Amino acid sequence: MQRRRMMIKWARDTVRRRFMSTSAAAIDWWDHVGHAPKDPIMSVTEAFLSDTSPNKINLGVGAYRDDDGRPVVLQCVRDGEVKIAGTEFLESVSASVSSKLVEESVKLIYGKEADFIKEGRFAGVQALSGTGACRLFAEFQRRFYPQSRIYLPIPTWSNHHNIWRDAQVPGRTFHYYHPDSKGLHFAALMDDIKNAPDRSFFLLHPCAHNPTGVDPTEEQWREISNLFKVKNHFPFFDMAYQGFASGDLDKDAKAIRIFLEDGHLIGCAQSFAKNMGLYGHRVGCLSVLCVDAKQAVAIKSQLQHITRAMYSSPPVHGILLVSTILSDPHLKELWKKELKVMANRIHRMRSTLHESLKKLGSPLNWDHMTNQVGMFCFSGLSPDQVNRLVKEFHIYMTYDGRISMAGVTTSNVSYLANAIHEVTKFG
Amino acid sequence: MASTMLSLVSAALPLQENHKGKMNLGSSDCSSFLRKEKRNPFMKTKSFGRINMAIAVNTSRFEGVTMAPPDPILGVSEAFRADNSEMKLNLGVGAYRTEELQPYVLNVVKKAENLMLERGENKEYLPIEGLAAFNKVTAELLFGAGNPVIEQQRVATVQGLSGTGSLRLAAALIERYFPGAKVLISSPTWGNHKNIFNDARVPWSEYRYYDPKTVGLDFDGMISDIKAAPEGSFVLLHGCAHNPTGIDPTPEQWEKIADVIQEKNHIPFFDVAYQGFASGSLDADASSVRLFAARGMELLVAQSYSKNLGLYAERIGAINVVCSSADAAARVKSQLKRIARPMYSNPPIHGARIVANVVGDPALFNEWKEEMELMAGRIKNVRQKLFDSLSAKDKCGKDWSFILKQIGMFSFTGLSKVQSENMTNKWHVYMTKDGRISLAGLSLAKCEYLADAIIDSFHCVS
Repeated sequence: MQRRRMMIKWARDTVRRRFMSTSAAAIDWWDHVGHAPKDPIMSVTEAFLSDTSPNKINLGVGAYRDDDGRPVVLQCVRDGEVKIAGTEFLESVSASVSSKLVEESVKLIYGKEADFIKEGRFAGVQALSGTGACRLFAEFQRRFYPQSRIYLPIPTWSNHHNIWRDAQVPGRTFHYYHPDSKGLHFAALMDDIKNAPDRSFFLLHPCAHNPTGVDPTEEQWREISNLFKVKNHFPFFDMAYQGFASGDLDKDAKAIRIFLEDGHLIGCAQSFAKNMGLYGHRVGCLSVLCVDAKQAVAIKSQLQHITRAMYSSPPVHGILLVSTILSDPHLKELWKKELKVMANRIHRMRSTLHESLKKLGSPLNWDHMTNQVGMFCFSGLSPDQVNRLVKEFHIYMTYDGRISMAGVTTSNVSYLANAIHEVTKFG
Repeated sequence: MASTMLSLVSAALPLQENHKGKMNLGSSDCSSFLRKEKRNPFMKTKSFGRINMAIAVNTSRFEGVTMAPPDPILGVSEAFRADNSEMKLNLGVGAYRTEELQPYVLNVVKKAENLMLERGENKEYLPIEGLAAFNKVTAELLFGAGNPVIEQQRVATVQGLSGTGSLRLAAALIERYFPGAKVLISSPTWGNHKNIFNDARVPWSEYRYYDPKTVGLDFDGMISDIKAAPEGSFVLLHGCAHNPTGIDPTPEQWEKIADVIQEKNHIPFFDVAYQGFASGSLDADASSVRLFAARGMELLVAQSYSKNLGLYAERIGAINVVCSSADAAARVKSQLKRIARPMYSNPPIHGARIVANVVGDPALFNEWKEEMELMAGRIKNVRQKLFDSLSAKDKCGKDWSFILKQIGMFSFTGLSKVQSENMTNKWHVYMTKDGRISLAGLSLAKCEYLADAIIDSFHCVS
């Protein structure tokens, strides 16, 4: 309907222009282009940046901060930078570095002993971080399953909806979060999986669900995997926080490994934005498991065909960094240590905030703060309460009540606890 | 019954225990298992964590996926790498090489990277529209710092992934806001243009451009085809150093092109991938774009720093939309962001910082201008030598002067597909099948050999 209105307006304007002389002032081609709504996550940071209050806190975007509230460049990354400095790297990424990155990335997710890695039974390509990997898969899905849809959990990262929509794959939803328990709505989730048509495409967060921080237990994952097999659904995993849930890379990949054991041929988007702190470099990987190496070659060629018309090749700097760090045993060990430090700090902040709210005598149950996992806490705050936090306390978060725990520090946690208590003490 | 089921299982699969020592028979009955087994020849017999009788395993969803066609340009480099001949020459992809045929990292790029390493800047997300410092300098480089379009804030600039990424953003904008509008592309044009518009679902058609008879511009054909297109079409123009032909309109011809575009209420859409490589001067090479902007026209311009700053692998470029008002520019920028967010969220930082440092620092900028002149100068020398060699060696008296008239990295030799194949098969000279050679990949030392190859292919192969 919107497009039809735009077309009519454009056609009217074109007719109008026909009668204008060429010496008229510049034609406004873009008259019918309205202001796009602001991105709900990015706009939080924008608003935060323009706030001049000394007490302001940014709990918006999921980017790690140290205990002084500062962005972090990991030491393994600094060391990696020095190692690659002066490396002359031209034209598109050389084949060997590309395949090194893909090889190391898939080992992280699937385990380095995975059979199909050794046998080349997967199609892997670098991607522009998690977003790029999801979009690449969505485009591929539309090409080969033009009638299919994508099932997204309620809630999910807001950009998931945009990605599949722009790839022209209609979205459907399945139950996930239970607002009352602030935990997983397991029965409803299983129902939705069962009721979806056979062979549907589902997007799953393997750990540290964004925005809720609510993850299925291992047993629940096994049941989900089993049901997926009964229904022949396609599982697509978006792994954006490997290492941030438990501090352990392998533990955080457990869900995927369960699916692998059960023989699913999954797809997986992977991001190094958070766990390596390489946000701005846009490094990620898309992998699709295949029946054999021949199919893997075919699928990879199709994925590269899609990227060629989008951006030709991915930016080399981040790829070089990641492949250097992952293939250098010393740097890789350093990375794992630093990852644990980040994950532990977030755990500590969760406990501290939880304790503080209890001490203040909050009438509400805040157990979910420590039950939920990863960077985010789905606080349960209402949009009105969030609004009060923004306006009265200069505390910024998305309106769904999602708090990025990475933005909480020892020095701001009391202020934060007080503020949350203020807006919730009357229920 | 249970034992029958067990024997069926053991007949169909080697019995594997999962690590808990249990065997899960699932809830299906025996007959449905049989049916499923018959239906699915792909049932794996490898070990499972758990056996589930109800389920056949591992049929890929993507059985029907066939091999994509190889990229015609990048495939050339692959074939070159596989060739063992000592005489081989890669004149395929438009990537600058030194006289020693080595890749070239510009000095200003090295300096900028060192500065960045010293400063130890963080790696936070850029805003969706990219690095502000980069967006500012890239628009200034294109239009000139004092240009009214910039002073009046009428340019929506969004950082993109080099030329391809920037073109794709623009294509998506066209598809969304001008549904059904066509893009007119030159015949021939860079091979990837069609892919970009196809994938963005923007219809396109061609306007005549290259005249094989004159090995020059078919100007009348071009004007005629632009005139014949439906009003409100987008006309894709190469700002300078046309790829693949190297044939650029003269300033007078640019004026006439602008006239007919205004007459037909078309929108000019420039692809500027070689600013600096045409004449050696960054400003001079932007004159076609500036001419259109000076007329008060609204236009789109995609930019790339792959060639002129040698930043191929960093993927740095921009899409600029010149609008009639600052308000329109703000709205267009917001919509470009809305297109970028579900594609890659925000663009990569490294290349943007390099460009911002080089172009934004007067000393580095001047140094860059000098390096640009050197690179463009080397190509001009190579053109001259190739022309001289061809003229000296060719006994048939063919006029090879088009090589001197063509501009930029490429030369359209006029060789046919079969003749181009001869170049590769007999002479180990790698080029694209449309007859395009990249002079950036040619050294003075190899000019004579290339001349021999061209003459042989041209005269002895048909």
